[in-house]
Order: sequence, then C-alpha cells, then structure tokens
Amino acid sequence: MRLSRTAVPVATITAVAAVLGGCGITKDKTAAAREPSAAPSPTASAASGNAIAVSASDSACTLDMSSVSSGPLTLHVHNGGTKVTEVYILMGADGTGGIVTERENIGPNSDADVVSELAGGSYTISCRPRDSERINTGLTVTGSASAAPTSATAAGAVSAYRDYVAEQVHDTIEATADFVAALKAGDLEKAKSLFAPSRVGWEAIEPVAESFGDIDPKVDTREADLESGQTWTGWHKIEKTLWVDGTTDNMGTAGDDLLAELHILSSRVADAEITPTSMANGAKELLDEVATGKITGEEDAFSHTDLWDFKANLDGAKKVYDLLRPLVTDSLLTSTLDTEFADADEALDKYKDGNGWQDYSKVDEAGRKALSDAVNALAEPLSKLAAAVVST
Amino acid sequence: MDQGPEGTGLSSGPSRRRVLGMAGAGLVAVGGIGGLGWAATARHNDAALTAADAADPVNLPVPFHGPHQAGIASPVQDRLHFTTFDVLTEDRDKVVAMLKAWTAAAARMTSGVDALDPGAFPAIIEAPPGDTGEAVGLPPARLTLTIGFGPSLFTRHSKPRLGLDGRRPDALEKLPHFPGDTLDPLRSGGDIAVQACSDDPQVAVHAIRNLARIGFGTVSVRWSQLGFGKTSSTTPAEQTPRNLFGFKDGTNNIAVDELDKLADHVWVSEREGPDWLVGGSYLVARRIRMLIEIWDRTSLAEQESIIGRDKREGAPAGKQLEREVVDINTMSETSHVRLASPLSNAGKRILRRGYSFVDGSDGLGRLDAGLFFLAYQRDPRTGFIPLQRQLAKNDAMNEYIRHTGSGLWACPPGVAGPGRFWGDTLFT
Repeated sequence: MRLSRTAVPVATITAVAAVLGGCGITKDKTAAAREPSAAPSPTASAASGNAIAVSASDSACTLDMSSVSSGPLTLHVHNGGTKVTEVYILMGADGTGGIVTERENIGPNSDADVVSELAGGSYTISCRPRDSERINTGLTVTGSASAAPTSATAAGAVSAYRDYVAEQVHDTIEATADFVAALKAGDLEKAKSLFAPSRVGWEAIEPVAESFGDIDPKVDTREADLESGQTWTGWHKIEKTLWVDGTTDNMGTAGDDLLAELHILSSRVADAEITPTSMANGAKELLDEVATGKITGEEDAFSHTDLWDFKANLDGAKKVYDLLRPLVTDSLLTSTLDTEFADADEALDKYKDGNGWQDYSKVDEAGRKALSDAVNALAEPLSKLAAAVVST
Repeated sequence: MDQGPEGTGLSSGPSRRRVLGMAGAGLVAVGGIGGLGWAATARHNDAALTAADAADPVNLPVPFHGPHQAGIASPVQDRLHFTTFDVLTEDRDKVVAMLKAWTAAAARMTSGVDALDPGAFPAIIEAPPGDTGEAVGLPPARLTLTIGFGPSLFTRHSKPRLGLDGRRPDALEKLPHFPGDTLDPLRSGGDIAVQACSDDPQVAVHAIRNLARIGFGTVSVRWSQLGFGKTSSTTPAEQTPRNLFGFKDGTNNIAVDELDKLADHVWVSEREGPDWLVGGSYLVARRIRMLIEIWDRTSLAEQESIIGRDKREGAPAGKQLEREVVDINTMSETSHVRLASPLSNAGKRILRRGYSFVDGSDGLGRLDAGLFFLAYQRDPRTGFIPLQRQLAKNDAMNEYIRHTGSGLWACPPGVAGPGRFWGDTLFT
C-alpha cells in the first residue's frame, strides 16, 4: 500500500518521508525515501488549512470551491446518494497521475474527512459510487509547486537534527580512526575493545546513513546477508576476523576502506533532506533495528557487542523524539513515550559494564525477553509519532 | 436465555457484509453495539448482503455483550488461537486502561469490523494502520473472544499485585501436580488468558494479534497455541467431531442449550462467589501431546478398549449406537470414557471445548500433535482436579499421551453492555 502510493511521482502527500534529495539507489526501508522529495513539509498551521465540502451522490461529485492554495487540505465529504462511495484525490487535471489519497466505504447519508497536503498544481477529485464509473471534478491548487513553508518549530527540529547527524558521523569517524590505527598496529585486544565504540555514531543515525544505499552495504553488511558474489567488507567482516580468526592480518586495508566510506557519508549528510516525518519514521526504524537485530544477537554475532548498538539505536530514537516533542499535541502519546523511553533505558541499564555494555551472549532468555518487552512497549507508541507530527 | 446456535442473537449485530447491506438501506450506525460507526470502519467492501450470505451463519457475528462471556456456552467453532499474557506493570490504572481498550476492540472485531478506528486504511498514511488488515474482507466467522485471569495476576512471589489483595477466589490456585505431568513452563500459566475461537483461522489469529499489539507495554505474550478441528461438540445436532486418535469426542458433552446443566456445572453462582465472578466460570487448559505413531501401531481392539467406545460409530462399549446410554460396567476399568464419565465422578461434569493441534514435527520425525484440552466448570476443585487425579492414576490412555502444558484461569461474567469492560467487576 505504501509502496504504490509513495511511488507516485512528485508525491504530494504530507511530508512524504524523503530523507534525501536525489539519492536514487535504495536500500532503505522507508519506501517514501525512494522518491526525490518535492514533498511539502508539515506545517504547524495544518489544522487550520483549507477545507472543501464535497457533495457526493450516485451521479454527482461537486466541490464548493474549485481552487485552493497549497498546503493542508481537508475534504469534508457528504454522501447523499443511495450507494456506498469512495473518494480519491488524483494527480493531474485528467486524474491519470496517480492516487494522492483516498477514502473508501463512505456509506449513504454519512460523512467522512479526507485529509491530505497538496503542493501547487492540477488535481482531480474523484467520487466512485459502488458499481459505477468514477465521477471526476477538477481542482486547482495555487502556490508553491514544492515544499510548503515549514513552521519555525519544525524547522528548528530539523535543523537541530541535521546538526546531530553531522556530529554523530563525525564521532563515528573519529572512533573508527582509532579502531583502524589499532588494526594497523596489529594490537588485537585493543582493536577488539574499539570495535563496538566505533559503531556508536553510525548506529545512532542508522536510518539516515542507510538511506545512502551505496554506503550501507559496504560498511554494515552481516555475513548472513551477503549475496552470492558480493565481496564482504566493513565492520562485520573485520569483526569476524578479530573474534573468529583471532588476527588483525590484512585488516588495516579493510579499515581504511571502511573509513573512506564513512568520509563519503560525512560529505553527503549535509545535503540530506530531512523532514519531521522522516525523522519520526527513522526513530521507529531504529527500534525495529533493535527488535530484529540486537534482541536476537544477530547483529554482532561474533563479538556479542549487540548491547552497544542497542543503546546507540535507543539514544538516536530518543534524540528524534526530544526534538519533535514540541510539535506533538497529543499529550497521551508524549506521556506514554516519556515513560516507555525511561523504562527501556532502565531495562538496558541492568547490563551496563563500566563505560560499556556486557557481552550479550551472557544475557539469558529471560533477560532477552524483558528487553524485547521493553522494546515492543516503546516501539508501538513510537510508531504513532510520524502521524502525530503530520497532524499538527 | 436461549443459548442455542439459532437463538444466540443472530439478528442483533451486523457482520462485515451486513454492515454494508444496512448502509445501502440508509441505516448507517444504527445497528450493532454501542453505535460504533460501522459504515466508516467496516472491514468488508464487497457487494451488499446477499440472500446466500444471510443463510450462512459463518457470516453472522456471535453477540459480544451479555450475562456470560461468549466462547463458553456458544457452539464450538472450527479454529482456535489461545494466548496467555503476563502483566508487565504494577500500575493498576494501566491494566484497567488496557482492559477497556481490549474490550472495545473485542466488541468491534467479533462483530466483524476493524480492531480500532481509524482501521486498516487510515486517512493519514504516515500512521501505521490501527488494524493489521489481514481480516479485511473476511466475514465475522463466529469469532468469540473470552478472557480469564490466572492466579499469578493476584499474587506474584507471595506478594499481592495490582491492588487485588484478597480478591483471589480460593479455587483459583495453580493446578496441583498430577502423576505423569511433564509440563513445559513455557507453555504453562499466564496472568491473563484469551481464547479466540472462530470458523476461520485468520480471523482468530487477527484478533489475538491486534489484542497483543494493543497490550504492548502493559502485557507480554507468554505462550500461545493454535488449534483446529474442534474435538468436543457442544451441538448434538451436528456430527460429533473426531480427535487425532480418530475417535469421536464430545458425545456426552454439555450442550449449549442445556441451561440447567450449564447452571449446575459451568457458571459460578452467587452461592460460592466471589461476587466479581458470579456468572463467570473457571477455564482449565492442558496441552496434551499425543504419541501418534505409537497409537497408530495399536490394534483397533486395543484402541477401542482404551477409549471405551467403538471407533466407527462412537457407541459406548456393549452398545450399538453413539448416543445410547453409557453403561460403565461393560467397559474396561481403565478405559478413558469410564474414568471420565460423570458416573465415575459423583455426577460432576465439565464443559469441554478442546481442539486438535499439530505443531509440525519434533525433530525426530514424530508429529508434535495432540489435543489442546479446554474445559469450563464452576469450580475446578470439584471439576477438573478430581477428574484428572483419577485419570492420571488409572487411565490406560496415559501410555499414549503426555500433558505438556497447563493453566487455570477465572473467567469473569460477560460484559453486560457498552459502558462496561472485561473484568470490571474485579477491578472496580
């Protein structure tokens, strides 16, 4: 569903989570991030955006205005007909550009709201009574063909997050440089001790980093995820060599390659297009990373340093939440998230070991279940953050 | 109150299909429970109700509200998804809030609509859908959801929990150890149990999945069991189903229209209490692994002797027809039916609703299969416990079965109306 909708060219749905402008290669899980962003950012004034009354019947689909300015739009649909109907917002004057949004199952004598956010251009509002042809009506949206103005708060959050991402990339490069130095010096124990710290910055911003589809496979591929014929490079290749083979041989070059990729990442993140929605979705993805890779111990299968990554993912998600919190009006959601972030941290803190984290292979089944429960408890409400940001 | 399959209020709640039929007649949001805005959230978007739909009870919902919970004395459906949960919090308000949310979602799902509103297709597409969507387009399939509270909800490590001090019924204790038990703690117990029964496995799984999702942070899934092929009929008019041993099971079960027997053996009365449980029942669940391969190598004569009934007809030993009166004296003293009969148990009965299960194979190539035994009774101390003591000691069938999971839960009375919630008699 998301895929087909967000594949609409120049998708105009509110703040389609385009993390990056112009990054065509896709490995990222944010389907929306695949599109170059011409998406408007959410605005704080969305709630007071345009509204159009749509009168639908078995044979008509009329609007009370034919032109609105760009930005948030709510269609107040009343179905006065005898059949169940559907209402679509379609791209283009002829409605052939794809579906922006839709609402099904609007019963006779009932009302429904269809919420969207439209950039300037031509659109078609289409009603489709059951077992009937579509009835199309044109809609012109005036104003900017690209992003709608962003509220100061939202802009502030994005700007602060951009700084955070840059900082994390910087940190991961510094820590990785130390790691690589130990590899080159042939100091196995030191290299082992610097492996997990070198990944912290990367893990904290993983969804943004992963959206550079060509970098992630080179630096963070796990052995189990290798494709046939793919050359294995990056952190986990080095991890296996250190822990399984017990040597640093040839790892200096591998480390240099890793560093080079991180420098490319550093040069690109400045241009990353970040929106509040992409931030929120990224935070949720960080928790998904924990739930799928860290809880199972698959991420750092040789070093068992999964809890380091866990903490970095959690911190990265918390950073996003702290920045977006002022945009969220749903106080139940914020109080829930406040509690669940604290609980997740508490669950993890049991495994603190000095400045780092315990060996994950030593965490028993009951301990893993408790961590998993804490992640589920946090990830479920966190998945509502993106929509909460959109609807402000 | 008519508990029969045709009398369980088939006309009082709209199905996914019927919702739209009603909508077509201009009756949006007048039917059903609590005015939940059916039309806007109906899972089904096909054609309106047809005559064929109306004739097929699978398309009609089992009413959620009533004096007793549905799923106990309702006709047994074909499929089961049974799940137990552990409560993660000591915050009573959080548990109450979840029970309210569960109740609302259960009322919706059993009537055939999305778990939440907005449902599977929210207007804001950045939001994860409120409903997971795999039941869209499916009929209600007679889904019932039944909740029970385990002894561990009231006390943990001998300490009272959730302000429920003193409210645990004496009968609600961990079941005693029975000879031969090989219980897996990971398939036993749980603070809260939810039984989802439906004629469509996807509808039952959908219901549990959405309740688990709503419960994240408050409860954690402890274990769950899928079941198929009901092994105990509660509707004598239908053919008695067979269990995986190939025998008819449930011939003499309490039927859903035997109201006097339900009152005598199933529903907790004011006499024994406690007050919060009046109109409720106790649920025993046992995962009983059947040693299928061994059984299959047993002669028909031996099988029939162990069961105490004829395999082809289901007739009790010495009789010709399935429903002839059982004479336990003609059965082997170690036969299952004899030992389980009310005649051997001071007239006590339990209401069985078990299902078969096959959880694949066990790594040695043996079917990991058996009977997921579910039974309701007004007091386990006079119901399941003495019965199982007797069976564990003497039943010839023990050679072919292993009890691998276990639990006991007190199931509160039904949710009386839209303003009420599962367990409100306990928590308020």
